[in-house]
Amino acid sequence: MTTASGARVDARGWGWRHAGRLRPAVSELDLVVEPGERVLLLGASGAGKSTLLAGLAGVLGGDEEGDARGELLVDGRAPAEQRGRVGLVLQDPDSQVVLARVGDDVAFGCENIGVPRDEIWRRVDDALEAVGLDLPRSWPTAQLSGGQKQRLALAGALAMRPGLVLLDEPTANLDPEGVVEVRDAVSRVVERTGSTLVVVEHRVSVWLPVVDRVVVLAAGGGVLADGAPEEVLDRQRGRLTEAGVWVPGVVPEPPVRRRASSRGPLLEAADLAVGHRGPRGRAVASGVDLVVGDARTLAVTGPNGAGKSTLALTLAGLLAPVAGELRATPELAGGAGTVPVRWRSRELLTRVGTVFQDPEHQFLTSTVRRELAVGPEALGEPAAQVDERVDELLARLRLDHLAGANPFTLSGGEKRRLSVATVLASRPRLLVLDEPTFGQDARTWRELVALLAALVDAGRSVVAVTHDAEFVAALADDVVALDEPVATEAAR
Amino acid sequence: MSLLEAVETTRAVGRVNPVAKLLAALLVSVVLLLSIDWVSAGVALGLELLLLPWAGLSARQLLRRTAPLWVAAPMSVVVTTLYGRDDGAVLLQLWWISVTEGSVSLALAIGLRILAVGIPGIVLLATTDPTDLADGLAQVLRLPARFVLGGLAGLRLAGLFADDWRQLALARRARGVADARGPVAAARRFAGQAFALLVLSVRRGSKLATAMEAKGFGSDAERTWARPSTVGPRDVVLVAIGVLIAASAVTAAVLAGTWEFVLA
Amino acid sequence: MSVSVSANESSSSPEGRPATTSPQQRSPRGPSRRWRVVDIVVASVIGVACGVVFWAWGLAWEPLSNLLSFTPGLSGLLSGGWLFAGVLGGLIIRKPGAAVYTEVMAAVVSMLIGTQWGFSTLIWGVVEGLGAELVFAAFLYSSWRLHVALLAGAGAGVAVALLDTSFSSIAATAVEFKVVYGISAVVSGVVLAGLLSWLAARGLARTGALSRFASGRSAEARV
Repeated sequence: MTTASGARVDARGWGWRHAGRLRPAVSELDLVVEPGERVLLLGASGAGKSTLLAGLAGVLGGDEEGDARGELLVDGRAPAEQRGRVGLVLQDPDSQVVLARVGDDVAFGCENIGVPRDEIWRRVDDALEAVGLDLPRSWPTAQLSGGQKQRLALAGALAMRPGLVLLDEPTANLDPEGVVEVRDAVSRVVERTGSTLVVVEHRVSVWLPVVDRVVVLAAGGGVLADGAPEEVLDRQRGRLTEAGVWVPGVVPEPPVRRRASSRGPLLEAADLAVGHRGPRGRAVASGVDLVVGDARTLAVTGPNGAGKSTLALTLAGLLAPVAGELRATPELAGGAGTVPVRWRSRELLTRVGTVFQDPEHQFLTSTVRRELAVGPEALGEPAAQVDERVDELLARLRLDHLAGANPFTLSGGEKRRLSVATVLASRPRLLVLDEPTFGQDARTWRELVALLAALVDAGRSVVAVTHDAEFVAALADDVVALDEPVATEAAR
Repeated sequence: MSLLEAVETTRAVGRVNPVAKLLAALLVSVVLLLSIDWVSAGVALGLELLLLPWAGLSARQLLRRTAPLWVAAPMSVVVTTLYGRDDGAVLLQLWWISVTEGSVSLALAIGLRILAVGIPGIVLLATTDPTDLADGLAQVLRLPARFVLGGLAGLRLAGLFADDWRQLALARRARGVADARGPVAAARRFAGQAFALLVLSVRRGSKLATAMEAKGFGSDAERTWARPSTVGPRDVVLVAIGVLIAASAVTAAVLAGTWEFVLA
Repeated sequence: MSVSVSANESSSSPEGRPATTSPQQRSPRGPSRRWRVVDIVVASVIGVACGVVFWAWGLAWEPLSNLLSFTPGLSGLLSGGWLFAGVLGGLIIRKPGAAVYTEVMAAVVSMLIGTQWGFSTLIWGVVEGLGAELVFAAFLYSSWRLHVALLAGAGAGVAVALLDTSFSSIAATAVEFKVVYGISAVVSGVVLAGLLSWLAARGLARTGALSRFASGRSAEARV
């Protein structure tokens, strides 16, 4: 494989303001990246990291999308004039797959820059090999896992033989296995080709072995710190931790607990098999035996595809079990019967609250305040009480300044807090959370852990499906590990 | 959606250029739509049924994919019998429902036409891969690549809709608002979920557009094609078959005197 | 667009507009008529989403039209359910051809999933899209307010009424029913296609999903 020479990046007083916003996303940026350097880009959210990467890739858009100031050059020329010289991989695995077959998707970039046909397929094979995706060209992209999709996106970028590789939070939505796969693929590629690399991530320890320089952007504009990794992380430790970066060596403090006493189990599962289509469907996981205790946290872990989310939804009374039994004790059910999936929607509200993996699936209304009021209103509570409850939650989860905003316009961390708040509004006994810390930075993580600890201490129960080992260590009282697909063990 | 996926087939029809399939099906449909009479529809349908064994689908797949037709045709027959244009002897009269010889033959014509127009489209498209169709449209018909591929990318995102819809429905149950029964409540729920799906899709579409642009898509630069879309004798044969079916249908109807141009 | 501007070479505008022009620039601040990639992809996505709804609506059409079967002309009231893709696409993308493109995409998708009308769905989609497109064109693609949306819906309704009463199974019914059909199709177009689309476009803009579009920015307050 012929090596691509690394590209050089020059930013001189560069700034960009998105149309429709008052304040610029980036301003007064002066930065030089030498060919072949590997840079980790950090900064608080809003510091303009994604905007900078988009600008380097030449995809910020034309005049109708914003104003540019200063200069941003790749190899001395404008990025938009050199498509193919810069490769960009974004955060969401599903939104980067263009075509339905693996080979076609990787070939897409080459087609766009006018590479001759035979050369295209040679490059496709090279790129797939470089990222370690050992699949035939006609493999359907819809059947790829998150980690595989990200590697596919990387392969698509690499097939263009770019001199500059840009990665915008590539591992944020991946499980630990996928994270390592992608990091290793990038590392291999950059070794081989000598391309320049710029990575934006908050998971610093994952990328430390790969990068040789760390740049921290300041929220108000300009560069806060720039230098060798250990040095910058050391000097900026406080500020970075504040900004939500996972600084290696900073261990999150476990919350102080004052446990409530248990009043008996809430849910009992015996030889439970779960799937998406109810009693007539295929089981994704089976033979699950577990007990959800009162005032305790149960963590469900396991590899991708083991059925954790399906199990969570079944425990929450949203999916019918495929086989086996799921019984709600009178402690949880009150007068509603022992089979959660047969409870009415309103009965479910006060018994089990579910927080979905993607908070956007839960949003029903057009303002944060109304969103919080949905549950209590569905229960028929008087207006004054509803308002009081909403105000209390807004304050507790630091959402008061956003009370009138549209839920979709919130940032990732704020959306997660909102989805948890909406569930709390109807005071359920049991909370089921599907990957609560997915894609979250360190700050939101800390808040979430503290909040859940306080809830359990106050007498509620939590079931959390998670890949996050630190989360399990900080909170879990019981752990159920699901294996690929059939067997299961309950620890403790 | 599994119905969007192409059926793999080893028959010759799988190797025909999708543009040829499109053309053939379109030809037959347009011609048949120009008249409502049972002769043209019947002849076309007969010829199509004769060609079905070469369509590359098993009987079960065929039935599954053409299922909507088998529901719609009888319904339309009933409606037209009751409310069709009246002609000839009256067979039944009730309020404003009138069944006459004319409306019965019209009903038959409509029923046959639904089948005759529906079958080629469904059958031919069933063995067409959307990416190949896009390649054909852009390379053979020279439609602008930006629109064809942009459309294809948007189409692919549809595969995620079913999952999203399920999640949205579950979320509504979890939020306590899925209880109300009755058409009004169901319509409101549907509208709410449809809107949420729209929001999610537009955002995903915007992100996909950025990813495509980052791969060099959308500029005016000359583009190459990794998968060649060629036109060969097989394609000509299929289009010729389409022409034949259409011509036979029209000729038979004119000769039988039943051809009635709808706009006349 | 070229992002490289040297501070010394900026044009007369104080905000530092790029010195090099690109083929996409027509006027400095006026909206460009050329379709960007995001316009095409989002129009396709809207078309696909609407196509799925069309297909579902087509399934519901059978029982619903049977409910209305005592006056078959009234089944025209349901036709708006197939018209909103074009109006919605036009309102969001705001470029020439958006209504036709989106409606055609929706028709193609509903056809692919499987409808009883087979290929004719495509033809209907083109004409219905044109019905809305002509209205947007009549307003020179500059006004996107409620009355324009309602008129576009009506335009699509007229188009589908003409098509159906000439070519589809409704053509086999008597004249009185055809007239009822035509009127109810137009009414349906105004309400289901015009009003609903306008509300949906406004709702979408409020969620911030349209931040890359002019339709999104006019609705949001500057943040």
